[in-house]
Amino acid sequence: MERRSFLFSFFIHACALLLAIVILAPVVWLFIMSISPAAGLTAKPLVWWPQSVDFSRYGVLLSSVENSAGAAFVASLVNSILVAGMATIAALALAIPAAWTVSRTPSVGWSLYMVIATYMLPPVALAVPLYFGLAHLGLLNTVFGLALVYLTILAPFTTWLMKSGFDAIPKEIEAAAMMDGAGLFATLRIITLPLAAPVMATSALFAFLLAWDEFFYALLFTSDLRAKTLTVAIADLAGGRVSDYGLIATAGVLAALPPVVIGLVMQRALISGLTSGGVKG
Amino acid sequence: MSGTSMTTRAWLLMLPLLAVMIAVIGWPLVDTVGLSFTDAKLVGTAGNFVGIDNYVKTLTGSNFQRTLVTTTIFAVVSVFAEMVLGVLAALLLNQQFYGRTMLRGLMILPWALPTVVNATLWRLIYNPEYGALNAALTQIGMLDAYRSWLGEPGTALASLIIADCWKNFPLVALIALAALQAVPRDITAASLVDGAGPFARFRFVILPYLAGPLIVALVLRTIEAFKVFDIIWVMTRGGPANSTRTLSILVYQEAFSFQRAGSGASLALIVTLLVAVLAAAYGVLVRRTAGSTA
Repeated sequence: MERRSFLFSFFIHACALLLAIVILAPVVWLFIMSISPAAGLTAKPLVWWPQSVDFSRYGVLLSSVENSAGAAFVASLVNSILVAGMATIAALALAIPAAWTVSRTPSVGWSLYMVIATYMLPPVALAVPLYFGLAHLGLLNTVFGLALVYLTILAPFTTWLMKSGFDAIPKEIEAAAMMDGAGLFATLRIITLPLAAPVMATSALFAFLLAWDEFFYALLFTSDLRAKTLTVAIADLAGGRVSDYGLIATAGVLAALPPVVIGLVMQRALISGLTSGGVKG
Repeated sequence: MSGTSMTTRAWLLMLPLLAVMIAVIGWPLVDTVGLSFTDAKLVGTAGNFVGIDNYVKTLTGSNFQRTLVTTTIFAVVSVFAEMVLGVLAALLLNQQFYGRTMLRGLMILPWALPTVVNATLWRLIYNPEYGALNAALTQIGMLDAYRSWLGEPGTALASLIIADCWKNFPLVALIALAALQAVPRDITAASLVDGAGPFARFRFVILPYLAGPLIVALVLRTIEAFKVFDIIWVMTRGGPANSTRTLSILVYQEAFSFQRAGSGASLALIVTLLVAVLAAAYGVLVRRTAGSTA
C-alpha cells in the first residue's frame, strides 16, 4: 500500500460522498415523491422533505377494487410476473441442452454463435412480421404471445451465460461418472446439472430481469389489461393525465422493487456473470 | 461412441433452441426483407412489389438523415460519458475509504432500476412546472425562471443523455472495478519503485488490464445506444420538433403510427445494417487489442 497524505484521503472521501449523492439522490427522490402529500409536490418552493408521511398511494395501487387505478396496476403486475416467468422457464429449457452440447461438442458451436449474434438485431427489424404472425395465431394481446416474443431476447442471452457456466465444469468429471457405468442422462442429472445450478440461477435471474424490463414489444403487442405489462402501465401513467405525481412515483417504486432487491442481494453473482461473459466475448 | 453419432446427438440437443430461434428470429427477419420491397400497410392489403423504392425514398429523405445524426450524437456522447465516468468511479471505488463496501453495493441501483422507471423518474425530475431540477436550481440561485428541459429542442437531447448516463455508467464502473481488482499488487508496487507517476501508472500498468473488459462494455453499450427506444419514447416520444427522434423511434412511427409496414421494414433493415457494420468494426478493434495485450 502506498503512503497516503491526509489531503489525498480527504479528496477520496469527498469524491466518494459525491458519487454516493449522485447515485442515491434520484432514487431517494422517487421514494420521497411516493410518500409526500400531493400538495407538497406541486408547491413552490418545492417541499423536499414531507411534513407528514403518506403511504396511502401504495394501498391505492395494490387494491383490487374493480375499475380502479389499483385494479389496472395489479393486473399489469400479474401480467409482468406471468410473462417474465414463462419466458424465463422456456428460455432455460431451450438454453440448457444447447449450451451443454456446444460446451462439449465444439464442432456445432457455429450455430450457437449465430444465435448469439442475433443480440445485435434491433427489435424493430423483427417487429412487423412478429406483429403479423401473432395476429395470425390470435396471440396479439396475450401474455403467452408476449412471452413467446421475449424468447428472441432471453434465449440467446441465457444460452451464452449457460455455455460459459458449463465450460467451467471439467469434462473429466462426466467422463468418470460414465466410466462407472452411468448413462449420459444419469450423468447429466446427477453430476453436471447440480454443479451448474448456480449458473442456472444467475441465468434465470438475468432472464427474468430482462423480461421485467422489456418495453418495446410489450408496447406493440399488448393493448389492455389482459396482457399489458408493468412497463407499459407505467409509461401510460407517466404520459397520461394523472395529476398526482406521487402516484406515478409509487408505481415506479413498486415496479423497481423486485429487480432492486434481486440486484442488491445477488450483486456478486450478477457482476461475475456480466464480467465473465464479457471478458470471454 | 462414434463421431457421427456424437454429432447427431449434438444436433438433436440443439434442435429445440434452433427451431424456436428460426421461428421467432430467422423467419421474421427474412419476412422483413421481403416486406421492405413492397408497399404493404400494417392492416389491409398485402401490398405490391415496388423494388428498391422504399430504400431510395428512405435514404434520400431528410427525416432519415436528420434522425441518423440525432442517433449518432446520442450514442457517441452518452457512451463516451458513460465510459469516462465509469472508469473514474471504478478507480475511486478501488481506493480505501470509509463506506466503500456499501458504495460498491449501491452502484447496482441504477442498473437494477427498470429503464421505463428510470425514464419516468427523470421525466418527473425535469417537469417544467413542478420538477425537482427546476426547484433545486432556482433555490440555489442558478436559474431565474423554471424551464421546460424536455420541451425545448435545445435542451431535450442533453437531458435525455444525462438520464441515460446516470443509469448506465455504474455498470461500466462495476465491470471496470472487477478488472482493476485483477491487477496484481506486485506489478503496481514495482511500477512505484520504478518511479512511475500516477498518469504513467494508469496508462502503462493499469489500462492494459482494463482494455479488454472495457472494449466489450463499449461494444455492447454502443450497440444498445444505437438501438435506443424505451427511454426516449417514455420521456419525449422523439419530440420536441423531432429533436430527440432516434432511428428506432422513426421506424416505430413509420411502421406502426403511420402503418406503412413496407417502408418501415426497409428502414428497420437499414438500421440493422448500420448496427452490423458497427459491430464488425468493433470486432476488428477487439481482435487487435487482444493481439497487443496478449
